[in-house]
Order: sequence, then structure tokens, then C-alpha cells
Amino acid sequence: MVNLTIDGIKVSVPEGSTILQAASEVGIKIPTLCFHPDQSIKANCRVCVCEVEGNRLLQAACAMPVFEGMVVKTRTPKVLEARKTILELILSNHPQDCLNCIRNGNCELQDLAQEYCIRENPFEYKVRGFEKDFSTPSLFRDQDKCILCRRCVEVCSVVQSVNALGLEGRGYDSMVVPTLGKALIDSPCIMCGQCIHACPVGAIGEIEQIDEFLAAVANPDKVVITQIAPAVRVAIAEEVGMMTGEMPMGTFVQGLRQIGFDHVLHTNFTADLTILEEGNELLKRLKEGGTLPMFTSCSPGWINFCETFYPDLLDNLSTCKSPQQMFGALVKTYWAEKMGIDPANIYSVSIMPCVAKKFEAARPEMNDSGYQDVDLVLTTREIGRLFRMSGLDFSRLPASDFDSWMGKYTGAAVIFGASGGVMEAALRTVYEVVTGKTLEDVNFVATRGITGIKEADVDLDGTVVKVAIANGLANARKLMEQVRAGESPYHFIEIMACPGGCIGGGGQPITKANVKRVERIEAIYAEDAGLPLRKSHDNPEVKTLYEEFLHEPLGHKSHELLHTHYHPKNKKFL
Amino acid sequence: MDYKEIIAQYDGKAGGIIEAYHALLREFSYLPEEAIAEAARIFKLSTAEAYGIATFYSMFSVEARGKNVVRICESAPCHVAGASDVVAALERELGIKMGESTADGKFALEFTECVGQCQATPVITINGKPYLDVSPAKIPAIIAEYK
Repeated sequence: MVNLTIDGIKVSVPEGSTILQAASEVGIKIPTLCFHPDQSIKANCRVCVCEVEGNRLLQAACAMPVFEGMVVKTRTPKVLEARKTILELILSNHPQDCLNCIRNGNCELQDLAQEYCIRENPFEYKVRGFEKDFSTPSLFRDQDKCILCRRCVEVCSVVQSVNALGLEGRGYDSMVVPTLGKALIDSPCIMCGQCIHACPVGAIGEIEQIDEFLAAVANPDKVVITQIAPAVRVAIAEEVGMMTGEMPMGTFVQGLRQIGFDHVLHTNFTADLTILEEGNELLKRLKEGGTLPMFTSCSPGWINFCETFYPDLLDNLSTCKSPQQMFGALVKTYWAEKMGIDPANIYSVSIMPCVAKKFEAARPEMNDSGYQDVDLVLTTREIGRLFRMSGLDFSRLPASDFDSWMGKYTGAAVIFGASGGVMEAALRTVYEVVTGKTLEDVNFVATRGITGIKEADVDLDGTVVKVAIANGLANARKLMEQVRAGESPYHFIEIMACPGGCIGGGGQPITKANVKRVERIEAIYAEDAGLPLRKSHDNPEVKTLYEEFLHEPLGHKSHELLHTHYHPKNKKFL
Repeated sequence: MDYKEIIAQYDGKAGGIIEAYHALLREFSYLPEEAIAEAARIFKLSTAEAYGIATFYSMFSVEARGKNVVRICESAPCHVAGASDVVAALERELGIKMGESTADGKFALEFTECVGQCQATPVITINGKPYLDVSPAKIPAIIAEYK
């Protein structure tokens, strides 16, 4: 342990700690911008400077290691003056249109400007004047707002191994740009949106489509229906000032009715359906010598990644559409018929923790219902904005229930929202299908948690199935390299593009640290544990769907509506 | 040599990407996108990183430009010694503005920071070769060497 004094308070911290860490131990918050708790130290913004006795110059608290007997002062006039000047310099070329910004009220720079009482800036105000990049259906970039912290570059390269973002130029002229300074759509970007969470300001955000939703609600000819992805409920609470996982499902459903949805259904229904299709696909591949290991196909960021970087492994991907797209195809066929609604009048909106889902819904092949299967994707954040716009108080709102048909689900569907959940859900079903026995303990705990790569051996009555799970694409890449080299020992691999799985998706409430992802994972498993049905094949509505419409997993109708093909992206520059 | 052959010469060399970029410049006068992507592959970087290196150093260019790169120092000593008159003479002689290239692809005109020849200002360089004590009157003869 190292002993030091910070602002007159004695503190002992482990060797190698930084001033920033030591200060937080004794309740002293030092401001930061480029610092990110899950990333490497950058020390480029300098807003965390402090005085260290014996040092002539101010030191960056995020980077300076503590030493025995160190005396630190974090709020002398000299320090405050320096921090204020740094903020003024950053603000001198940062667009001052906070009121119009997607991060208004949730911006690290805005918070600091407030905390440091920035009033009149002595520096000349000059915005750089870059063109905004709206080239992808998922994300936009507004370079004028970029403060060059490089957190997006690190998450894109180190965490996701996508390398769509890098630096251009030097000094005053340096910028964060997509590969070769091109538009984002021409870079290897897989649209996971992790850069949105990494960005301290509004330089990157989702393509906001609230107006399109409101226009559909205002159109009397449209029947506006929604599906909610498994990871959304646990996080939506954070958008309306509640604790993670605190909003009950019934209250959430009521909220969705209040903002204008005519029918509230659940992606969980097709998550259960996915398990029946994908589980049977795995068994078929195992039995008939199909391509193994089989990869899950629920995560559209992962699909983009595989199509971009591993086009030679597309046959390993399950042909199952994601639950969102299965739902989209069924709602304009099966559900429309059952409800007696003309599918042409259905406006199908999905609520997703994900920005890549916006891209997925717009894929030209996703029209097997005869229409665009999913008309609009709104992220958890956009729904949060609609809730706030509507003045709903969720502590008092009476509960409501899902509409029937395609609203019922099991715990197996709920856990689709967390890394390992699709695998666990599949194992619960595959076990019973293969062995014919009842699975007494449905909890496959080895598959759970935020660890980058997890693996397990599952004994199906003598047949051992080896499975692996990766979250975060740098982890996925390790498993893919094994497969490409012909050295993968696994039969079944689950990949979710985002760290922690969908609960950490690019469309979730701004997630400043991985500890928040862990909280959401815990909320997901708590929900699963509390449900009466926890195996997908026990879902009564899914059973009815097979009886009335699909007839059997992997059957003719399933192939028509629920399965798809993948295409190499052929990106020119990776 | 095509760009792949040029880059391959530096494969496995520590920091080889910088030397490869210099070699590419001698051949093409700029770094084409395909060459940056190929350098990334050879030196095991992402294209985004290789592009970052290509744009970090001012002597590299990622834009197509004239074969003979004429650069004039814009640092204080040359400025005081009348660099702006030399700029005007260069622009007149080549018929282009600073930052542009001639239509025949022979010349590019750029600014540079100090090149360390302050004993004999103003200074210009052509393809890295310095010309000292330059004046507007000397420009036509210097340029003529490269025509």
C-alpha cells in the first residue's frame, strides 16, 4: 500500500493506483473527459490536472501514479483556473447548440461547463464546420462536436476489433475519421454503436426516428404494433429516473400504449420460436454432418461483422433470422390473418437495445411477408425520450398486459438479452428434445456473465456437446480465427456483438461503465428466475403457432418466413 | 515497380511502414488508398491506423499531386526574409496557387515548416533538395531544372 495526502486527507491505496483512483477513495471527484473506466489511460484532455507537491507543472490525475508521501492538491486556485481554461479552449470550437443536441442533459462536457461555471468564453468561438455523416441507417457522426478524446477509437479497435475509426492529421488539424477519411458506410463499421456509449459528447449518436413513429401514430389508417426486445425492460427504467430493472413489465406495457401503440406484443415470443428453430437446426447439423460449429445469428452487429471479416464462415451461421425479423415476418402474415387486419395497414415497430437493428430491418431481403417486415426500429433511448415527452409518471401508472398472440414468453426468451442467454435457452430445449427427459435444473450458470469468452461441455445423455460464448467482437474474433484455422473444438458458438450482450447494446441508455452492464445482466436473470415457464418449447402460443401455421420446426413455412441467407460485404478497405 | 512490390521490400522491418511510404512517394508522389491498405496488411495494422500514419507526417500526402514537390518554408526567418515574394514568384512561374498541382502533373506547390537552413533564407526545397537564398528572380531557372 502507498500512503499519500489528498487535500489534507490521508489515504492508503494499492501501489500503481492513480491520483484519480486515490481521490475517489476519499470522496473527492476530479473532473474527467478522456478518461473511461474500462479503457486505457489517454491523458489527452488534461481537465483532471492537480497540483503535486515538488512538481513545477500540474499533473494529470488520470495518469499520474501515486507514490509514498505524495501530497496532492485538487482544488487550488491554480488548478481551478487551469481546468476552466481547458474547458474554455475545448468549448471555443465546440458547437454551442446544446439545446438541439441528442446528448442534451446527458453530456460530460455540458456537465463540466455547468460545474465550472463557464459563462463568457474569452477565446474566439470558431466551429470547424465539418459535414455531418448520415451515411448509415444506424449511426450519425457530427465531427464538429468531437473533443478528440479517442474513446470511440479505442472501443472500435480494442473492444470490437473492427477498426472503423482512426485518427487523421496532427495537432490542431487532427480529427477522428472513419477508415481512409471516408464516410462511415464505406468503412468496416458494423453499426454496433458501442462508440455512442464511449463518446462523452454528442459527436456520435443513433439515427433518431421519433418523428416517423409519431407520423404513423397520427395516421388513422395505420395499425401501429410493437415488439419489445428482451434486453429493453431492464434498462428502460434508467431512462425515466428509476433503478436498473425496476420498471415492472406491466407498467412498461402501459407506457407503450400511452405513447400510441395499438397493440403491444413481445419479441420474446419469437425468441422462444428462435430456440425451436435454431435448436432443431443444431440437432440436424449434428445428426447429418452439417457445417459446425454453428454460430447464433440474433445479433445484427455480429452478422455484419461476420459478413465483413469472415465471409468464408457464413455457412457456419444459423440460417435463423433474428427474433426481430421472425416477428416482423409473422406479424404481417400469421398475426394479421388471426386478427383480421390487412397487413398493408400494419405499421410494425420494434423496440430494440440496438442500433444495428435499424440496419437489419432495412435489409432488402427482409420482406418475406410481402411487405417490409419491420417498418421502424426505435432504440431504448428513443422510447425513453417518447416517455419523457409524454409526461408519464411510472411510479403511478397502472399496469397493463400484452395483447394476445405473440405476446407470451418464457424465461428462456428473457435471457436472450444477456451474453450466454441464447446458448442457455437453446440448451434447455435441446436437452429435453434429445434426451426425452425433463431438465430439473434449468440454470446453466457457466454460460452467464460478462466474461469475454465462456465455454461449457453439455452432456446430452452420453453425447457431449461443446459450446462457447463470446461477447464483444474482439473476443468473437479469437473464436473465429480458431474456426478458420480448423482448430475449433466447439459444436455451437453464441456471439453477441456488444459487451455483456444486448443489455449493453448500442441503443441502450448511455452506458458509462461495464459495471452498469453487470447490473442489467443480474436484472435479466432475476426476471427469468421469477417466471413460471422457463423453457421455450413450453410457450403455449408458440405451440399454437406450430399447430396452426408452421406445422414443424424447419418446415416449409419456417423456411419461407423465418430463415435467411447471408452475403459477403466485400468491403474494399478493412 | 507497382505499389505491392515496393511495400514488400520493407516487410518484417521494424518501423518499415515509414520507409515504405517514402519509397511509394518516390514512385507516385503520393500515397494511393490501395497502397495504404496494402501497407496495413503487410505491417499488420488496420487500414485506419495506416491512414493515421500517412496523414500524421506532413511530408506524406494522401492526395494525388504533382511529381516534383516544391515546398517553401513559412517559418519566421524565411517569412522575414521575404518568403511571400518567393511564393508569388512560384505561383506565377507554375500558374497554380499554393496547395495545388500543375495540370501536366509535373509540379506540386506546398508550404513547409523550417527545414533548418536559416543561415540562408528564404529557402525552398524540391523533392527534398534545399535551395538557399532564393529570390523571385532565381525561381524560373530553378524550376527549369525539373521541366
